[in-house]
Amino acid sequence: MRLELRGITKRFGALVANDHIDLVVNPGEIHSLLGENGAGKSTLMNVLYGLYSADEGQILLDDEVQRFAGPGDAMAAGIGMVHQHFMLVPVFTVAENVMLGHESTRAGGVLDLEEARAKVREISARFGFHVDPDALVEDLPVGVQQRVEIIKALSRDADVLVFDEPTAVLTPQETDELMGIMRQLRDEGAAIVFITHKLREVRAVADRITVIRHGKVVGEARPTASDAELASLMVGRAVELTVHKDAPQLRDNALEVTDLEVTGPDGQVLVDRISFTVRGGEVLVIAGVQGNGQTEVTEALLGLQENVSGSVRLDGTELVGRTVRQILQAGVGFVPEDRNEDGLVGEFTIAENLVLDRTDGPPFVRRGMLQLATRDEFARDRVAEFDVRTQGIETRVGRLSGGNQQKVVLARELSRELRLFVAAQPTRGVDVGSIEFIHKRIVATRDEGVPVVVVSTELDEAVALADRIMVMYRGRVVGIVPADTPRDTLGLMMAGIAPEDGPGAPAGNDGDEGDAA
Amino acid sequence: MTATTVDAPTPDTAPRTASTATWKAVIGLGVVLALYALLLALVPHEGAARFRLATDSDFVVLPTLVVPAMTTAWVCGLVGLAVLVLAAVRTRAGHRVPVWAIAVFAAALLVGFLAWAAAGSPRDLPVVGLLSGALALSVPLIYGALGGVIGERSGVVNIAIEGQLLAGAFTAAIVGSLTDSPWAGLFAAVVASALVALVLGMFTITYKVNQVIVGVVLNVLVIGLTSFFYSEVLVPNAPTLNSTTRFPQLPIPFLEQIPIIGPVLFDQTIVGYLMIVMVFVVWFALFRTKWGLRVRAVGEHPKAADTVGIDVIRTRYRAVLIGGAIAGLGGAFYTVVSINQFGREMTAGAGFIALAAVIFGKWDPLRAALAGLLFGFATNLQNVLSVVGSPVPSQFMLMLPYVVTLLAVAGLVGRSRAPAASGTPYTKE
Repeated sequence: MRLELRGITKRFGALVANDHIDLVVNPGEIHSLLGENGAGKSTLMNVLYGLYSADEGQILLDDEVQRFAGPGDAMAAGIGMVHQHFMLVPVFTVAENVMLGHESTRAGGVLDLEEARAKVREISARFGFHVDPDALVEDLPVGVQQRVEIIKALSRDADVLVFDEPTAVLTPQETDELMGIMRQLRDEGAAIVFITHKLREVRAVADRITVIRHGKVVGEARPTASDAELASLMVGRAVELTVHKDAPQLRDNALEVTDLEVTGPDGQVLVDRISFTVRGGEVLVIAGVQGNGQTEVTEALLGLQENVSGSVRLDGTELVGRTVRQILQAGVGFVPEDRNEDGLVGEFTIAENLVLDRTDGPPFVRRGMLQLATRDEFARDRVAEFDVRTQGIETRVGRLSGGNQQKVVLARELSRELRLFVAAQPTRGVDVGSIEFIHKRIVATRDEGVPVVVVSTELDEAVALADRIMVMYRGRVVGIVPADTPRDTLGLMMAGIAPEDGPGAPAGNDGDEGDAA
Repeated sequence: MTATTVDAPTPDTAPRTASTATWKAVIGLGVVLALYALLLALVPHEGAARFRLATDSDFVVLPTLVVPAMTTAWVCGLVGLAVLVLAAVRTRAGHRVPVWAIAVFAAALLVGFLAWAAAGSPRDLPVVGLLSGALALSVPLIYGALGGVIGERSGVVNIAIEGQLLAGAFTAAIVGSLTDSPWAGLFAAVVASALVALVLGMFTITYKVNQVIVGVVLNVLVIGLTSFFYSEVLVPNAPTLNSTTRFPQLPIPFLEQIPIIGPVLFDQTIVGYLMIVMVFVVWFALFRTKWGLRVRAVGEHPKAADTVGIDVIRTRYRAVLIGGAIAGLGGAFYTVVSINQFGREMTAGAGFIALAAVIFGKWDPLRAALAGLLFGFATNLQNVLSVVGSPVPSQFMLMLPYVVTLLAVAGLVGRSRAPAASGTPYTKE
């Protein structure tokens, strides 16, 4: 089926999320929609899927104008969507999830689960998915959950398939497999829309590329275009994609983590006795697919986790068992994974957010009173130094873009005397321009002789920033390897497979494989 | 890159899990057992306890069971101790304490306590009366809990069960009195309770007001309205407006003559039988039908339901209304089954106990019904013991159902997981 979008416009108040967007996707074609976070890709797809109604414009399928009042209509018309955040009910089985919304029933509305199971088996066999129809979705790895999403779409005979940022949660190998599946679907005649901001994937799989910026189509490109060309089209100016840094100048100060174990509220082991050392002047990137214990490691370093055992020594001082305040005073800077949840108070101004952690004494508080003049002067300096694009320091942080919010967090954390810097996903949801800046600041911190720990799920970022890469899988360290390790090896490590002859960095501690569980 | 769909080899590194068993259950059982032993030791109650097992209509008349009170009580205590030891051993080995062990423990201590309490009393302890009364008292609790389960499964917390029961009881009294038909009263109760549910739905689903607040406010509103109309309208016109005809008992021939269970189970009114059927119907509807799948989907992950074309708002409204209607049946129990007139605030917190049964029953109709039975039993135990002449002050006995509720909800039986989106209004972004 041929999909055509004509002049789609969607406004949210004053913000124009989609501005007269035209797009054509032919059967047997993978059409990639490339754009930064916030460029309007997802809005466009939600319009297509009937979740939003467009203010202007038309959706045509095989040249017939469609009216979608809701996702049900879009699905009935043959549009299937694989959502970025899976739209699966975790406590349902695969078969129940697949049948939901178009259940086949026997007399009296009784569910015919057998038919749904057969359907799952049939589609899974066709694509070699190995999905058990009776497995609970919450027990499945994310890669398999995504296949359930695909089965869900195919079980409704979708001819147009939309993949919304499908690779965000996958290992490189799983990503390759997904690309294989997309090609297979294309060869069977499906029209595929592939939404992403990852240039590598676009070039690997797309037949055509449309680039969106600030809600407008800014151009089309061929898959043969270079990364630099695509990036400059996406951002609107030439961008530096590589991080420039010199060889690390190692110092004597160090973060030493020994046998760190973190358990969750239900007793599940989230971080399984890991050990590593980061010397002053180097960046250790903790890589891995999201949810393999990286977040918990950073939170344990800052004292935010409850059940922690083992030892974390910063320049010889033990941090485990100390309060968050004591750890901050020991000189730890921390960029949390979710800035809106843990990093900033959205309703507070930039100035207020910048002094959030300094309200216990001079210079910002004297005799229990906020020193507003000092604070504002400090805030103005930081805003200038960290290039926060804003109308002023009185702007509420919640109104800033992701990149500028992250700069505020960074400004607060880096403007103290640091002896350790921990950044979790520092560039998630941040525009390419700000990513450049954030990377530069992280490297500058390292060059000042501070040990730096960065968590990243993006392999490109890990390779670019790291002096050494520590890969985690299911709470354990698979290995600690130099940054120039081949991507394939890193990808396998992210799936839990240790490199055969671990080249191991000198200071590295090669995980904890001999586990006595 | 090839189009491979073969799974990468998965290394055998399943995440380790530390022992999930907690000592909560063991400590809880230990405390209860210690209190029990203390009671027996400090207040010994010599004499014989007489348990009457028979009623007049049984075909085999069981003899009245006479046992030496203190011996029985201590033997039951030993059974409890055995269970405690077993539980401790299981916990030590990293296992959970099985539910049957807790049931055996509770039953043993209960029998022991009854023997102690009834010792030396001139009256027999009527076992049949104890059980059938428990079932009767649990009828409104179970209807209320079923209504609550359906609402919460769809994502709407129903704090207003109390209000729904009360509205049902009030309306059934008036309509039942005016028409002289308990059926009309029952129907009116269903409508009234569904109306309360409709208001709950409007505020929580459409206007997205905090569900707990709306529920509490509705309870207060219904209590206020019914109390006002009771004293202003019903009391002056009691013969015409507040004097219903009750549903007759419908004993099932032969079955009702079976000793003990016959008079307990097979001598109910239509509302009682309907309740037993309803428990299974609600369970089947929730877990085996298209409607149930959609209700549960909407309560767990409304956005996922929306993206497959399910109307979240309508599904929630329907569930809340059905839940309200079922709770209304429980309300009618008060005025067209139990007694024949309405009294001010006559539900006396039953709606909140039903809410506890929903949680204690882990949002499952069958378990919630069992929880309702337990609470009904606790209430009736207090009634029966005060008749027999229990040595425990009646004020303490009155606390019993609430203590049981508190212990139950505090999680003696393990953690329960609510529907993920329960209490959260659905907003399309």
